[in-house]
Amino acid sequence: MTAIVELKDVSFSYDVGPPALERISLAVEEGEFLGMVGPNGGGKSTLLKLVLGLLKPVSGEVRVAGGTPHAARRMIGYVPQYARYVRDFPISVEETVLLGRLGATRLLGGYGAADREVARRVMGETEVLDLRRRPLGTLSGGQVQRVLVARALAGDPRILILDEPTANIDLRAETDIFDLFKTLNQRMTIVVVSHDIGFISGYVTRVACLNRTLLCHQPVPVGPEMIERLYGTQVQRIPHSHGGGHGAKP
Amino acid sequence: MSAFLEALAGHAFLQHALAAGVLASIACGIVGSYVVVKRIGYLAGGIAHTVLGGMGIAYFLGRSPIGGALIAALLAAAIIGWVSLRLRQHEDTIIGALWAIGMATGILFISRTPGYNADLVSYLFGSILMVPREDLFLIAALDGAIVVLVLLFRKAFLAVCFDEEFARLRGVPVDLFYLVLLWMVALTVVILVQVVGLIMVIALLTLPAAIAGQFARSLAAMMFVATLLGVMFTGAGLALSYEPDLPAGATIVLVAGTVYLLSAAGRGFYLRFGARRMQAAPGSKDV
Repeated sequence: MTAIVELKDVSFSYDVGPPALERISLAVEEGEFLGMVGPNGGGKSTLLKLVLGLLKPVSGEVRVAGGTPHAARRMIGYVPQYARYVRDFPISVEETVLLGRLGATRLLGGYGAADREVARRVMGETEVLDLRRRPLGTLSGGQVQRVLVARALAGDPRILILDEPTANIDLRAETDIFDLFKTLNQRMTIVVVSHDIGFISGYVTRVACLNRTLLCHQPVPVGPEMIERLYGTQVQRIPHSHGGGHGAKP
Repeated sequence: MSAFLEALAGHAFLQHALAAGVLASIACGIVGSYVVVKRIGYLAGGIAHTVLGGMGIAYFLGRSPIGGALIAALLAAAIIGWVSLRLRQHEDTIIGALWAIGMATGILFISRTPGYNADLVSYLFGSILMVPREDLFLIAALDGAIVVLVLLFRKAFLAVCFDEEFARLRGVPVDLFYLVLLWMVALTVVILVQVVGLIMVIALLTLPAAIAGQFARSLAAMMFVATLLGVMFTGAGLALSYEPDLPAGATIVLVAGTVYLLSAAGRGFYLRFGARRMQAAPGSKDV
């Protein structure tokens, strides 16, 4: 196996304030399904932005597919945190997904038949094909999340990066969407950020625990000692069931 | 109203005014829709008011005020775009300063120009009834430039307005398209200065698009509806103002503003009392 994302001794701080990330070294193997957990403000989104090339490390090095994050951008499918601004933007599901073709299609004029074919395929895969003519603003949180996943898939990515993909949806939708990720993982590397360690540990192959520094990266399951170290307090752990999709949530 | 139609048939200046309204509505409908969905009304206001500086300097030098407006608008858009991209935290303050400096510069230069300053009033409040024939060709050319740009780069403009970060990740030159978008705003401002004047530019730029946005399901539909609304507002404003001899620009803006308020109130009423039926509409699997 080869590392598709590699961070070597990476530190980052914003203009004002303490370091957001300190001396992170982490390698994500091709085909892995990595879950990144940690408290709010622990640097999870910052780490993603470094991998995406939206931020540059203060020290250390980030490599994606052997090159710079900037050069590898088109290999990455990015699903941002559920955004509120989409609510009243006049755009249909299909138009949103087609935007994922940018960079893979010509810049001038409209989309070609091949772009529409890809958009159809990924909307089918994420089960939003019958919604394709609906305005994005009329969808539920879970539906919007699937549309954003479809948009990321439309660029034929090798790596799928998701930032809190289940922050605004209920447990049933959460289970459905992680089942989808599990299927997608058969053909691409996935990195998912979450604050819900209990939930994602049933899906991911490895967990990276981040709170300014990388506390651990280990195969699942993660023990209660680590959760305590990560969040600083005793966290009550309730086992999740992923079978029925109606399990209790803490 | 019939007096207006009779006069329209007989007077070239009214025909020119109507043509100017229609041509301005095209730019307004397209660019105004971008301004509304991208929420850059304040930036557009900054560009519009800075234009007075350019007009004043051109007027003082005895050059064409429209030429001065064009240069000032493009320059202001570039500066404001750069501020917005690089100094986002201070965006409000800097644009506010440019806004005031532009207007003050214009007033100073116009006051130093010998002769009676009737033109100042027409720049501020518009002079749609006095748009000369050659300006109509200029407005049509600016419209053409906007339409061609939007047709060619509609995907990129949509991406930049909808989700700037995602567009950047897909390799779209976001900064460039953002600046081009502001340049289109600048061109539209120059067109509108002649129709409703500097002070009311933002009203005609945003009101038709804001009304269209309440109902449109795509950006293209929003642009189309906003253009039609612009034609209706300028036409109705001209007709209403003609007989009582009211200022045409102000009447046009009042018509647009009234329709906007009625439409916003109607939509609020509908969402409050009629939305339940909408939610029961058939949808697919609600995940």
